[in-house]
Amino acid sequence: MLILECPCCGVKAEETELSPGGEAHLKRFGPGSSDEEFEAYMFARKNPKGVHFERWRHAYGCGKWFLAARCTATLEVFGTYPAQTSEPPADIVAKIKAKRPDWKGYK
Amino acid sequence: MSTRLARGGRLIDRGAAQEFTFNGKRMKGFKGDTLAAALLANDQMLVGRSFKYHRPRGIVASGAEEPNALVNMGEGGRFEPNQRTTTTELFDGLTATSQNHWPSLEFDVGVVNNYAARFLPAGFYYKTFIHPRAAWKHLFEPIVRQSAGLGKVPKDRDADRYEQAYAFCDVLVAGGGVAGLQAALVAGRAGARVILLEQAPHWGGRAPVDGVEIDGKPAEAFVEAALAELSAMENVTLRTRCMAFGVYDHGYVLAEERVADHTPGDGRPKKRLWRIRAGRIVSATGAIERPLSFAGNDIPGVMLASAVRDYVVNWAVSPGDRTVVVTNNDDAYRTAIALKEAGLDVPAVIDARPNVTGDLPAKARALGIRIETGSAIVKVKGSKRVTGVAIGLQAGEGAAREEIACDAVAMSGGWSPVVHLWSHCGGKLVWDEAAAHFRPDAARPPITHDGSAMVIAAGAANGALPAGECLADADRAGAEAAQALGMKPKKAKAPEAAAPAEARMEPVWIMPQGAGPALRMKMWLDYQNDVKVSDVQLAAREGYTSVEHTKRYTTLGMATDQGKLSNINGLAVLADSLNAEIPQVGTTTFRPPYTPVTIGALAGESRGDIFQPLRRTPMHAWHEAQGAYFEPVGLWRRPYCYPRAGETHEQAVHREVTNTRERLGLLDASTLGKIIVKGPDAGRFLDMLYTNVMSSLPVGKCRYGLMCNEQGFLSDDGVVARIDEDTWLCHTTSGGADRIHAWMEDWLQCEWWDWKVYTANVTEQYAQVAVVGPNARKLLEKLGGMDVSREALPFMQWADGELGGFRCRVYRISFSGELSYEIAVPASEGMAFWKALNDAGAEFGAMPYGTECLHVMRAEKGFIMIGDETDGTVTPLDLCLDWAVSKKKADFLGKRGMQRTYLANPERWKLVGLETLDGSVIPDGAYAVAPGVNGNGQRNTEGRVTSTYYSPTLKRGIAMGLVRRGPERMGETVEFPKVGGGSVKARIVSPVFYDKDGEKQNV
Amino acid sequence: MSEPVSALGGATHQGFATIREIGPLGMITLRAKPDVKGLAAAVKAVTGTALPAQRRIEVNGDRAAGWMSPDEYLLILPYADVAAGLAALAAKLKGEHHLAVDVSDARAVFRIEGAKADQVLAKLSPVDLARLEPGELRRSRAAQVAAAFWKDGEGYTLVSFRSVAGYVMGLLTHSAQTGSELA
Repeated sequence: MLILECPCCGVKAEETELSPGGEAHLKRFGPGSSDEEFEAYMFARKNPKGVHFERWRHAYGCGKWFLAARCTATLEVFGTYPAQTSEPPADIVAKIKAKRPDWKGYK
Repeated sequence: MSTRLARGGRLIDRGAAQEFTFNGKRMKGFKGDTLAAALLANDQMLVGRSFKYHRPRGIVASGAEEPNALVNMGEGGRFEPNQRTTTTELFDGLTATSQNHWPSLEFDVGVVNNYAARFLPAGFYYKTFIHPRAAWKHLFEPIVRQSAGLGKVPKDRDADRYEQAYAFCDVLVAGGGVAGLQAALVAGRAGARVILLEQAPHWGGRAPVDGVEIDGKPAEAFVEAALAELSAMENVTLRTRCMAFGVYDHGYVLAEERVADHTPGDGRPKKRLWRIRAGRIVSATGAIERPLSFAGNDIPGVMLASAVRDYVVNWAVSPGDRTVVVTNNDDAYRTAIALKEAGLDVPAVIDARPNVTGDLPAKARALGIRIETGSAIVKVKGSKRVTGVAIGLQAGEGAAREEIACDAVAMSGGWSPVVHLWSHCGGKLVWDEAAAHFRPDAARPPITHDGSAMVIAAGAANGALPAGECLADADRAGAEAAQALGMKPKKAKAPEAAAPAEARMEPVWIMPQGAGPALRMKMWLDYQNDVKVSDVQLAAREGYTSVEHTKRYTTLGMATDQGKLSNINGLAVLADSLNAEIPQVGTTTFRPPYTPVTIGALAGESRGDIFQPLRRTPMHAWHEAQGAYFEPVGLWRRPYCYPRAGETHEQAVHREVTNTRERLGLLDASTLGKIIVKGPDAGRFLDMLYTNVMSSLPVGKCRYGLMCNEQGFLSDDGVVARIDEDTWLCHTTSGGADRIHAWMEDWLQCEWWDWKVYTANVTEQYAQVAVVGPNARKLLEKLGGMDVSREALPFMQWADGELGGFRCRVYRISFSGELSYEIAVPASEGMAFWKALNDAGAEFGAMPYGTECLHVMRAEKGFIMIGDETDGTVTPLDLCLDWAVSKKKADFLGKRGMQRTYLANPERWKLVGLETLDGSVIPDGAYAVAPGVNGNGQRNTEGRVTSTYYSPTLKRGIAMGLVRRGPERMGETVEFPKVGGGSVKARIVSPVFYDKDGEKQNV
Repeated sequence: MSEPVSALGGATHQGFATIREIGPLGMITLRAKPDVKGLAAAVKAVTGTALPAQRRIEVNGDRAAGWMSPDEYLLILPYADVAAGLAALAAKLKGEHHLAVDVSDARAVFRIEGAKADQVLAKLSPVDLARLEPGELRRSRAAQVAAAFWKDGEGYTLVSFRSVAGYVMGLLTHSAQTGSELA
């Protein structure tokens, strides 16, 4: 059972105190977007065996959403960071690259 | 026969006799006995029947690895099946019965399977029960159900209670043998918060039984000193009777504590589930001895050599007067020596190795024990009890050279480290050629959140079997754990254990190695599931090359055993059959739990009244006192109706509908979600959330709104009230408050984080009552305090004020079509307010009504209900709610989703009313059929019913439904087949059945 | 106006720890970012305490201010003073983006007291109580429902939602039963 540190309140919360929210850094496409864009926003999800960026909510806690970078295969956590970011912060990216030289990057 | 020895027994208290019964027979044991030890002391070797062949089964082991001796324990509310006698502590008054036999343990009809064994090979079920198909249901399954299975299912409610507890530590040490104690000492001295768990009621593990000396003193002295030091450390917690049974992600460990298993009814919880979060886990779980595969190795009296030694040394129980020891290693000689020293007869040690040279065999020889080298047990004699063994050459094919009379056989095939905790989260194993076992591969440990090793194996569990290596390894493990967490272990010399030098063991997977089919059919690998050498070999011949497939095909290592005894022997046989090396074949996956865990412990406190959180409104007690019939709405319990004496629920609902329509009804609407949305951007935010416009709502007014998800499907609805310039109050459905609040916060935190909006879920701050019916205004006017006239408070407006002395907010909204006020008061005054309304309303015919009456009335009005008319695939346009979907707004959640071509298709099923031609009620969930059949040969459908009720107002069945092009087909008839034949015909009509112009709610 | 009634009418249980439902207490949810002008003064005006730092609760007799999230505070005060408290907040924070709302009736409050009070909570919440600092407010769950608690004297104060007060009382009663001490 995972432990993720909530960047909003500093609690090292266990999984039962959290709600998962799927893939992070999705870009919303609203009216005026093409079918392909809307499909990508609504349905296309990465499903990597390895480095992944996810949304979590500290539901039984401060109630805030935050983002986490972790490895889906080993469950290693590279870091958590605020939800108000549109792409992974540089320090976390650097940390992942150091630990996973083969990682192809966020994009 | 097995019996109690006159002297010895390091764990029993001969001054404390305990009486118990087995299959109704009264027996005696001592405090400190396990049930298995006490049964053996009473010469009860036969304890059960095997799963498939119903062969007689005796006690094989002395710990958690016992495959056979599972019994039903206790009676009535304390009945528990499948209890392992080898880990069950004896207590006065214990009752146990044997399992899996009929009619009796001594005479079991099912044993006929044994004679048919050659027709019941591996995969028998798969091969036999396939054809004819009907035979499985009517013939095979009932018979298999009757004759298979282990214990009985308890029939009475569990009389005990259970609980769970959370614990946190730096280092969790699993196993309280000398290795675990040493690791805990080292970590504890370094300042780590340590939890040390031991499954047994006593500390020290095997070392004291095996006569190990530590720093020149008996192992007991070390154990005692270690416990004294550990107990004195504030940072160390010790727990016996507590088994760490599973390791999970990020250092999470579950352990089961047997708090009152041995003291039933003393008021304590029977078991406690510990949920432990550890920085590092030291797995000091020891090793398990392996059986040898020789013909008849399952006959009662054949036991593990270490178990025989345990019974003699720990409990002063002799499993037999004459015990033949059979081995491929030196360790088993300890058993021969222990037996001899206890004054028992050891006719021979049968050693498969051609050369036997170690110190222990030398000692045995000196004691006058006969040693047969290069030899094998060809066959065990006896049926319900060993009577002798035939011996021959290990290298041979099974010709018997000699028969030796005996009543017990102590076997040892070597030792396997208990790697379960290491392996649960993916720790890898290496094959140790010399010891012929898998042990943890320190280079490939299970990892924790930061990528470092989570589990550190120690002592015998790490493959360090000899006592000297074991202690040194544990010392290293304790230090490693502390260091990994940034602590500095104190420099201290590790204690040294002395033990006789042991010569190398020799792997023996089949005994004798050239045994033919007849013998192999009687060599048991898995006692519990009746899997033999011949079954695994057959599986290999049939193409099962994966160990995981072979396990499932043969059932090897399934059920409660989980391969503790059978795993290595089974896969060695498989490897041999496949001409592969053992490491290539590999092991099956080790999954938690290590041993079965009581469901009660997993459920913990979640039983009875606190099985799940029930949400109660402030008026709940009143409803209960009125005898309301409740229904669950989310976690709320709401009155469905208030039946009076002699009334059915249906009659009560009809009365409530009629009374509300004609006089006055009162509904506890407190469960309705209430969310405050405030801020300079609140209007803009609500315009994104709702499909219609909320920013334009004037202060003091209410507006009904719909919410969709991004796919454009309806998710919630409710009335929004504008409180002031930058504050709105959003009502949600009863089950939807938390979900919608979370939905709002998601968008505010993750998408529009620069918008200035705050939300607060104030659902439970208010008790809310709907006062409904033609007399509603009269009641409020009688209470007095504010103007509720049509002019002062028109339909779809709200006002703050006081009624009958209660601070309140009154909303003029209606979900019934009647004149209706929804009144919110502080929850702490809810009960008083509710009573005041009922009392004052009596003269106007006030009656409380429940959710079903609400449903009928809203259906009569054609109002949709989220969850009835919607199911996550329905858009507002499907429900003909176009008027509530803004065309002006550039964007709102769901707008893009609704624009998908599929959702704009005119063929979609849309909301209509359905009026049955014969006045009857369409069955719930019925589908309307269309001509023809689909590709699967099923009738085509063209619609379905979403709400269907008997309308006491119209005195006929009414329904709402989604029908293909429904609104274009007014007046047409559709047909709904009924379960069990026949069908109902209904005319497509407007969904508004009652007061079509809405005059009543507007008065 | 009738007398306010707490969810369980002051239910109690005596086990190896004492459980008491207390209240009703006055409670205000205040949502505002910590850098809002006048926030500290507004909170001080209501509770007489400083603005609490992350995960802290500042207690001042029967008033307190707790940090609930980066933009949410829980203000505790006598039930009868809530209206005055809200008025004070409105005055002090006029023109600043904030939300202050009475939640006194939406909550149930419990006291868990005695030398082993921590063991009651240890059975219900995945929280390392030995590391819970004095004056630290922890939001977590008690079994299946949300709860917030802090250590206060020889015991803990626990706040839950009102509708599940009966469930929480059941949990605390079950966990505090004599004979089920953890050590």
